Amino acid sequence: MQRLSREQMAMRVARDIPEGAYVNLGIGLPTLVANHLPKDREVFLHSENGLLGMGPAPAPGDEDYDLINAGKQPVTLLPGGAYFHHADSFAMMRGGHLDICVLGAFQVSTTGDLANWHTGAPDAIPAVGGAMDLAIGARRTFVMMEHLTRTGESKIVERCTYPLTGIGCVSRIYTDLAVLDVTTRGLKVVEIFNDLPFGELQKVTGVPLFD
Amino acid sequence: MIDKVSASVEAALRDVPDGATVMIGGFGGAGQPAELIDALIAQGARDLTIVNNNAGNGEVGLAALLKTGRVRKIICSFPRQVDSQIFDGLFRAGKIELELVPQGNLAERIRAAGAGIGGFFTPTGYGTELAKGKGTREIGGRMYVLESPIHADVALIKAEKGDRLGNLVYRKTARNFGPIMATAAKLTVASVHEIVPAGELDPENIVTPGIFVHRLVKVPRTVTGPAGFRQAA
Repeated sequence: MQRLSREQMAMRVARDIPEGAYVNLGIGLPTLVANHLPKDREVFLHSENGLLGMGPAPAPGDEDYDLINAGKQPVTLLPGGAYFHHADSFAMMRGGHLDICVLGAFQVSTTGDLANWHTGAPDAIPAVGGAMDLAIGARRTFVMMEHLTRTGESKIVERCTYPLTGIGCVSRIYTDLAVLDVTTRGLKVVEIFNDLPFGELQKVTGVPLFD
Repeated sequence: MIDKVSASVEAALRDVPDGATVMIGGFGGAGQPAELIDALIAQGARDLTIVNNNAGNGEVGLAALLKTGRVRKIICSFPRQVDSQIFDGLFRAGKIELELVPQGNLAERIRAAGAGIGGFFTPTGYGTELAKGKGTREIGGRMYVLESPIHADVALIKAEKGDRLGNLVYRKTARNFGPIMATAAKLTVASVHEIVPAGELDPENIVTPGIFVHRLVKVPRTVTGPAGFRQAA
């Protein structure tokens, strides 16, 4: 099986972000999407710490740690961008004003349940941040993750075994093998990468897929 | 004449009682009122409940306050970070209580307290372990969780500029929790880098109107440092 690289996955997600969209990119893999947004589209990036119109990282030496993203890394503000407080920022999210949110995940269920905040390990210190707000807030929630765990198990499951972030909140899944839509009939295959046969994709995926 | 300016951070925090719930602004290092936290440490109040997005970075500011052992409980959304070793140690030793709250619920619970709201239904967290034991209701075909306001005795926030009336403006994303925490406490203390005459701040641009601020104190301008993330090598 030939898998997409992380950059190729980011490129594929970026292609589906339309002109004029307000988008939140989660910490980790989704952050890479920012580097691949088509230059001819105006897309506004939201960062939940209180920033709309987020630009790229500043040049070395120009960092201002009063201007950071949700990952606490220094960023820049694009012309027309705005700052606001936390209640306004989460109103944008919870109130359904963001068009798309892209999140990483440990597991996604066939009905669009998401687990991405906590492994549930007894010695782990839990930290949730904005994960639960992001999961349920945007009009469409995209998940971007490797199809399989490091040990080869499907991250797409019948029921999440990790603690849930949100119920039925995921609309589309981008993996390094395929793009899947969450529908009322189950997971529909939108695209399979690198000519992988449907049967092969089905074999490594933990739940039934349909074409 | 109203004059909310305190002569020093010590004077501004002179009467924080033991057992107080203290909101502290900031998201990582941005907006964290380091001088006010240091003054709270020196003032010595104990058995505190702290409300902040995080649980301290490195060994300074909120982390230094936790290290004193005077914090009984922390209400926050994201305690675990690469540089949260002080909190991590206290938590694993069972020396601090943690109430973990989704970030947007944290913000809205603070806002609700300041706005006189007795509770609210939010979709965030429904069906998750962070909503366990809380009331739920179906509204318009969607499930919601009942959340309660978080009130504080004291809020410590960092702003950029203020006047004697307590009007405040902030700097960039250091604004974060400042404006909502200012509304939710019996005593709101703001640190600012500049105090200007009343009337000089553009009324169209005042972010926190002075009615929400009880004391402000000028502190020297310092450059905010990195916190809470792993820097690329």
